[in-house]
Amino acid sequence: MLAVRVLGTAAILFILSIVVFSMLHLAPGDLVKTLLGTRPASPEAVAAIREQYHLDDPLPVQYLRWLGGVLSGDLGQSIRLQTSVADAIGSRLGLTLALCGLAFAMALVVGIPLGVQSAVRAGGVIDRTGTALGVIGLSAPTFAVGLLLLYVFAYYLPIFPVYGGGRGPLDTLYHLVLPAVTLAAGLGAIVLKLTRTAMLRELDADYVTSARARGIPESRTRRLALRNAAIPIVTGASLLLTFLVGGTVLAETTYALPGLGTLLQDSVLFKDLAVVQALTLLVALVIAVIALLADVAYLVLDPRVRAQGGAA
Amino acid sequence: MTGIEVAIDGIAGPAGPMVEALAFAIEPGASLALIGESGSGKTLTAKSLVGLLPPGFGARGVLRVDGREHPLVSTDASWRRVRGREVSLLLQDPFTSLSPVHRCGPQIAWTLEAKAGRRLSKRELDEAVATRLAEVNLPARVARAYPHELSGGMRQRVAIAAAIASDPRLLIADEPTTALDASNQAEILDLLRELQHERGMAMLLISHDLGLVRGRTDEVLVMRHGEVVERGSTATVLSAPEHAYTRALIAADPALALEADHTGDTARGLGHDDGADAGGRAPLVAASGVVKRFGLRTVLDGVDLSIAPGQIAGVVGESGSGKSTLARCIAGLEREDDGTIAFDGRPLAPGRRSRTPEQMQIVFQDPYSSLNPMMSIGAILREALAVGGRRPDEVRALLELVGLPVDAAVKRPAQLSGGQRQRVAIARALAPRPRLLICDESVSALDVQVQAQILDLLGRLRDELDIAILFISHDLAVVRRIADTVTVVWQGRVVEHGTCAQVLDDPAEDYTRLLVAAAHRDSTGRTPVG
Repeated sequence: MLAVRVLGTAAILFILSIVVFSMLHLAPGDLVKTLLGTRPASPEAVAAIREQYHLDDPLPVQYLRWLGGVLSGDLGQSIRLQTSVADAIGSRLGLTLALCGLAFAMALVVGIPLGVQSAVRAGGVIDRTGTALGVIGLSAPTFAVGLLLLYVFAYYLPIFPVYGGGRGPLDTLYHLVLPAVTLAAGLGAIVLKLTRTAMLRELDADYVTSARARGIPESRTRRLALRNAAIPIVTGASLLLTFLVGGTVLAETTYALPGLGTLLQDSVLFKDLAVVQALTLLVALVIAVIALLADVAYLVLDPRVRAQGGAA
Repeated sequence: MTGIEVAIDGIAGPAGPMVEALAFAIEPGASLALIGESGSGKTLTAKSLVGLLPPGFGARGVLRVDGREHPLVSTDASWRRVRGREVSLLLQDPFTSLSPVHRCGPQIAWTLEAKAGRRLSKRELDEAVATRLAEVNLPARVARAYPHELSGGMRQRVAIAAAIASDPRLLIADEPTTALDASNQAEILDLLRELQHERGMAMLLISHDLGLVRGRTDEVLVMRHGEVVERGSTATVLSAPEHAYTRALIAADPALALEADHTGDTARGLGHDDGADAGGRAPLVAASGVVKRFGLRTVLDGVDLSIAPGQIAGVVGESGSGKSTLARCIAGLEREDDGTIAFDGRPLAPGRRSRTPEQMQIVFQDPYSSLNPMMSIGAILREALAVGGRRPDEVRALLELVGLPVDAAVKRPAQLSGGQRQRVAIARALAPRPRLLICDESVSALDVQVQAQILDLLGRLRDELDIAILFISHDLAVVRRIADTVTVVWQGRVVEHGTCAQVLDDPAEDYTRLLVAAAHRDSTGRTPVG
């Protein structure tokens, strides 16, 4: 099972690297001109650059050179930053991870209890408020929420910083609050919806009626239902993590955070191939790992699936 | 005053009154059966006594338990004092009434803790759970099992243990055996009776099945459209029913009719005995040596079956016997691992591709899930007609064929009753004019009266259209009513095969005798003599 999965993921990563490689070459723009900048484009300078970056080799050769490097553990050099790709990513990874983690935690901490309460008192005040908030959170685009929050909480009421990643752990956390809220808005709305729907279905189930009828307290009955609802909530929420990956680009750009999202954006604009390739593969790898974790979570949460897995 | 007294003034729903005034009393240790078809208000009555009516429904009246008075209109807080300690509820389906992701032990333990009103130590709980499991004749290791690891009968025992762990004075059992096999049904009912006697616990048994309650309850209330039409001691009501509706229920009940069959009281079943000697016509379907494995489990182990044109072939067996898998292999929904299945003399390759819609069609058990809820009946039938290359305006003829009004075409499945939906499913199956109709437990989810109507319909269709029917069922009484030949399947093998009369009246094999005896015990409440 696991071996098939790993092979499948490797195949996807391989195909993806070819696609990204070719697309960057198809896209308009000339790397040589970008690199030269304002310097005069003398034939010698152009030839030197083409020589240095092997731009005269046929495309497949260029690709294979890159692939060989990756397989031997060398992700290549960033043309734009003039550092190794590993360093470029490594120095920004922490911030993006912290942002995603914080946003995800916020979405869960707000979305799940609100979803449970909405389901328990369906049609009540909490339910209606939650549904209204959910619609706003879902439909408002991330960049719009970001700009609005910036304007209100950083400019009009200067509680939070306007931009930057901060220095030191606490300051970084402080700088990440607004971007994380921006990301969590849409995410939390989906978590709320997921939880509400799953809980409504479970609360309607026979085993809940049966538990109530034999005098089991409501608090226990609710936990019982939530434990059953956890199966769709956890699988759904883990797939939402993948949604975060795209969202960080927008949030980091809005708040000028030096994370992977801004790195990816700048590198695509610059045609910094090695960085784009590495980032794309990293994202794909993260998504594959999340999907795997979601399946494992499913096994842990549902004894019925576990039994089938054991028999097969 | 000891015992249970119930005086319901009425139960109303969003659409108006659902249950009229009714009152009854049950002595400690005694039992009362509440009989009625779905929609008669019997389940609403049960739920009103634990304060768990669906939203929008309300009951007025009073419940007295050993003299303690509990109004039926009440707050959740005061219901909490009633539920479990005074009244507990056992639901129909053991597959859904236990939480699938929790082990059985904790589910019983919660009731114990709710009763005690405090957290109990693990040791106390383990011991108490083992005691409760022993009461329902289950070993202590069941506490560690998840519900899906147990059989239906065992699950219902766990559900019983959980329901009575709080030592209620009244147990309401809502169709506690409907989802179980014949042999389990009798065991569960006898177990309930035993537990009642030991504890002096009153029981309200809710059922659609009059045959089931004979010899197992003291009194019977028959309900129809929210009204009590007949009441009295169980023996009197069954032997001398006064109300026409009660008589209709008894007549429609195949289990009771099965018994009557032996005394020669009623007409024979629908099957022609002459259909059984297939010698005259070459078989339409001939399956031989069919083997099907799921993983390491062999579900079919060399099964032979032949069906003559125009014949109704019954296949009986308990759940897990492989009878449905056989039907699915013939229909091409499962691919057999070995053996051959021939249609009209030509062997068919495993799988759906080798079959045409004009050869065979299948009707499933549950008409609630086999019809697309978003499509109108007309659209469902037009789709099926298109498959058979027929014109869409033949919908009307199809509806008439299965005895549905023409205006059903504009309705959606949710607007039809269970019986009407099953008629739609049959009409859909008949649309491509198949030569074989496969009915996989097609009447098992229906009330007895509706069941009888659908069986009549199938018999009529066979006569009018000259189609063969493969009729799969766990219910011997139903099979006797309709089938020409009977094949008994047990653990993936054919145990016995012959005409309906041969196999059911004079079974040659022990297993068949066991099944027939269970069906009789079920209908009579006592083991038959001889």
